[in-house]
Amino acid sequence: MSGYFKDIYAGISTALVGMRITWNHLFVKNVTIQYPDEKHDIPERVRNRLYVNMDDCIGCDQCAKACPVNCITIETAKALPDEELGETSTGNRKRLWVTQFDIDIAKCCFCGLCVPPCPTVCIFMTPVFEFSEYNREDLIYRFSTLTAEEGAVKTANAERAKQEAEAKKAAEMEAKKKAAAEKAAAEKAAAEKAAAEKPADEPSTAPDQSDAPATGTAPTQSETPTPDNNG
Amino acid sequence: MESLLQSLLGDNLLTVVLYCALPLVFLLLYALLAILGEVKISAWMQDRLGPMRTGPWGIIQPIADVFKLLQKEDITPAKADKFLFNLAPFLSFMSAYAAFAVIPFSSQYVGADLNLGLFYLLAISSLNVAAIIMAGWASNNKYSLYGSMRAVAQIVSYEVPAAMVLVIIVMFVGSLNLQDITTAQSGPFWNWMVFGGPKQDVVLASGEVLSASWVNLIFLPFFLASFLMYYIAGLAETNRTPFDIPEAESELVSGYHTEYSGMKFAMFFMSEYANMFLVSAVVAVLFFGGWNSPFGVYLGDAFDAPWLVAVEQFGWLAFKGLFFVFVMIWVRWTLPRLRVDQLMYMSWKVLIPFSFGIALVVGFLVVIL
Repeated sequence: MSGYFKDIYAGISTALVGMRITWNHLFVKNVTIQYPDEKHDIPERVRNRLYVNMDDCIGCDQCAKACPVNCITIETAKALPDEELGETSTGNRKRLWVTQFDIDIAKCCFCGLCVPPCPTVCIFMTPVFEFSEYNREDLIYRFSTLTAEEGAVKTANAERAKQEAEAKKAAEMEAKKKAAAEKAAAEKAAAEKAAAEKPADEPSTAPDQSDAPATGTAPTQSETPTPDNNG
Repeated sequence: MESLLQSLLGDNLLTVVLYCALPLVFLLLYALLAILGEVKISAWMQDRLGPMRTGPWGIIQPIADVFKLLQKEDITPAKADKFLFNLAPFLSFMSAYAAFAVIPFSSQYVGADLNLGLFYLLAISSLNVAAIIMAGWASNNKYSLYGSMRAVAQIVSYEVPAAMVLVIIVMFVGSLNLQDITTAQSGPFWNWMVFGGPKQDVVLASGEVLSASWVNLIFLPFFLASFLMYYIAGLAETNRTPFDIPEAESELVSGYHTEYSGMKFAMFFMSEYANMFLVSAVVAVLFFGGWNSPFGVYLGDAFDAPWLVAVEQFGWLAFKGLFFVFVMIWVRWTLPRLRVDQLMYMSWKVLIPFSFGIALVVGFLVVIL
């Protein structure tokens, strides 16, 4: 019987205790942050949207290699010798045109692994976290400062320069080979001459052949070595 | 009030319609306030802000809610009993609103000055049970049926102690008329029932004289306990937390109104809020002096303006009613839901024995004093 009254007393008193707590909370300062109007303080080292400072990018592709989800795509083109791209803020000389630097932020997992490898500290994570878009394509951020046309020009320039350089190299090689062959032929001829008093018809054709590749650069000759070199 | 309206309008029918519609106007405004109060108070108690976007501090939120409900599709389940399904919400609101007929909003306004006021109140508010079981049955949904079964078991159980508490007051005042009960508590706040009833002789509205003296202080503990019991029973009858097992979201989706949408749902909602105010108003009338000013004097008396007195009286009743509605909201956001067995224990093993015991003691005291 006493338990019965104790229960009633406990029921009423604990209800009042609870009501006192909620009453006090009526006057407690609310914790709501009215989000779009006011924002939460973001931690200093927060990892949110990626940003690339293209002024400092040397197009080394380190970040793209580090990315575990392959969300960074970098295309570069070698600058021509007469093009001066300037220096990065860390003092590195820029040698490549970065024709494409795309980050698919929809794929990005915000791991931050792309940040440490960057030699010029140009890729970093910003505290910006509001970047939703209506189209998924809009989440691919194109950082390259060159337009597609400019990029194509630069790529073509670089390609041409490369081909020229390769052609030159090939010509030099050819010339070297020719020279060696000539030398060998001459030696051979000399040896033959010395060995037997036979005619000197063969050496007369050699000079004609050595002249031709030095200037002409037949595409057929340059194209064949390119894949080997690139690979 | 009625004669005033009649002299203004000069039309009997229009007068009656307007006279009947006055509490509805109040009720609709109160419902908007209560909806806002519910969300805001719950938010503040949980250290939140609540709605803040609709209007300054979100004060237009209830209006936005009403418009949302108006726009919603009115769905009737394919296998529902269409007639009962459509009838239930209106019956529910009707029962809640009909009870307002006997609530004395001021000494000048009471919808129907019935001598059987409290009896009528008990009878008409029990109609809500029929509406709830109608809704649950007609929905053809197991959760609705469970909810309505629980609701009926609960309301019927709690009607017993509630009626018994009414009997206690009726025994003391000697009248079932709510206007009489209010008049009996006229004067300063210590004449209120919760403080033991009137301390000097009172002339009731019916003309009878209720003899009283400071000896009535002896009733204070009994009336205080009765007030508490009636309020608890009222909470249970309106299906408010901690007695909201009929619409327990975590168990029954939302109980008997699971299948209702749009305005029919809004009718149930309205009826719940109307019932909340009804219980609060009845508590105010029975124990807290109804429309009586706690100071025993009115500003209107000083200016010799009877209409101001009536407005003040209405203001006091509304204030007291809204205060108890606030307490209901306060309790809702404090206490967790009871189990079914705890609910039944509370009614049959605590409230009913206590109310009968108090009725016995008060009846005895009324006879000998």
